[in-house]
Amino acid sequence: MKKLLFYIFLVLGAVIFLYPFIWMISASLAPENEISGLTFLPSGITFSSYIQMFDKIPIGKAFINSMIVASTITIGVLVFGSMVGYALSRLEFKGRNLIFYIIIFTMTLPFQITLIPQYILIVKFGWIDSYTGLIVPYLMNTLAIIMFRQYFKSIPQDLIDAARIDGCGELRIIFGILWPNSLPALATVGIITFMASWNEVLWPLIVIRDENLMTMPQLVTLFAVGGRAESQLGVKLAAATMLALPIVAAYIFFQKYFIQSMASSGMKE
Amino acid sequence: MRKKLIPYLLVSPYLIHFIVFVAFPVGFSIYLTFNNWNIISPMEYTGLSNYKRLFQDAIFWKSLLNTLIFLVIHIPLQIIFALLLAELLNQKIKFRGFFRAAFFLPVIVSGVVVTILWQQLYGFDTGLLNRLLVKIGLAKIGWLTDPNWSMPSIAVMATWKNVGLYIVLFLVGLQTVPPQYYEAAELEGATHLQKFFRITLPMINPTIFMVVILSTIGGFSLFIEPYVMTGGGPLNSTVSAVLYIYKQGFFYYHMGYASTLGFFFALLILAVVMIQKKFIEKDK
Repeated sequence: MKKLLFYIFLVLGAVIFLYPFIWMISASLAPENEISGLTFLPSGITFSSYIQMFDKIPIGKAFINSMIVASTITIGVLVFGSMVGYALSRLEFKGRNLIFYIIIFTMTLPFQITLIPQYILIVKFGWIDSYTGLIVPYLMNTLAIIMFRQYFKSIPQDLIDAARIDGCGELRIIFGILWPNSLPALATVGIITFMASWNEVLWPLIVIRDENLMTMPQLVTLFAVGGRAESQLGVKLAAATMLALPIVAAYIFFQKYFIQSMASSGMKE
Repeated sequence: MRKKLIPYLLVSPYLIHFIVFVAFPVGFSIYLTFNNWNIISPMEYTGLSNYKRLFQDAIFWKSLLNTLIFLVIHIPLQIIFALLLAELLNQKIKFRGFFRAAFFLPVIVSGVVVTILWQQLYGFDTGLLNRLLVKIGLAKIGWLTDPNWSMPSIAVMATWKNVGLYIVLFLVGLQTVPPQYYEAAELEGATHLQKFFRITLPMINPTIFMVVILSTIGGFSLFIEPYVMTGGGPLNSTVSAVLYIYKQGFFYYHMGYASTLGFFFALLILAVVMIQKKFIEKDK
């Protein structure tokens, strides 16, 4: 009896969390005149909202832009994060603690204070309307450094010593020895970084004006707000569905990793 | 010699990034608060006038009040629902993985998508919530058009989006409670509620603390939700800290004043988080 009550609550919860997405997909496939009264499934499926959306905005180009930006940032964060994390956990040098404290301090610094001056920097560098402006400020991530530092600490010193005797340089040690032994850390940092940059919208809104360089969240936002959807709800929802699709697809396959990664990054903050 | 240099070479990308994108911006931001500047024409030194303006700016105070309203609704909702669902998931149930994944879905989806979706649910005439209200014989609510409802509506939506993460964090917390504690309590004849308040709650206190801090930072970082849903209206009832910085900076090009806002909000966030830390540590 009590069990049944538990299940009722859980199913109710699942409905509340899933229903809006189901509604979104089914509304984006419904004929425009049915959407306002739609509760669950439309009477028939039509792709006209999607066709109109592709006509109005360069969503394909935006997908490629988002891919380029999020992938480059993720690779940068993994490479630089593990270099710094390695130095901080495995090498002795003057100023190491100072750098560590700076990192900890930076993590607590609210972004509100750096937003305006960072924008001014991008203007002065001439990086407005460029991939560079979207990517470079995000190539380094303090949370990633801390996570790599922690993970590398757990790797046995013998492994590193053996590599040194074989004549490996430090970069070979990081990318050839530590990386293959740090797959969980790489996956965690990779997933969080990719997801965060894929969903980032404030910074692109500030840095990009040229429609051909816009990332997906930015393009969809401006489309939804700017009135170009001409109050055609279906087209708006089709754009929203396109924006959600890639991350949801990845989530369905790597669900466990997503949840674990997000949980462990939440713990650290 | 080369050996000594290697560590510094390895951390140099971080140091360069720190100087260019953190240290310099913080310094420059403070400098900007004493100036008026629209980037194009030369900077104009104005002393403390930006600060004077800040304290007399009704919209600035309104944005603080809005953030407060958001937090007062968002934080308790977040904690109650996350705890409730985490407790349920912590029982011996089937399909736990499925339920967890379903609750977590909004966390990974872009805020833009969530906002566009809820804008429809909150719609006055055709929105699902009002259709439901009408069906059970109640009056429609102006979820996003009534200034009294608009910020609470956004707070509820934000809870829906984030609560999955906290369910997972609470679940981790709940699983660290040694089962012997409950067994001992049961022997003594403790009720469910007693067990919850005497054992569970103290053990997951650190997680609650984290929810409070992360939600506070989230409240001050609210941007895309009001930007898409309401544009800050009606009657400025959903102007958030970041939305106001954005408007001043990128709409009016008041770089000096926008920096003053950013600087002030940042100080405020640090102060609030510090007070919360003190408060909660004392509680333990």
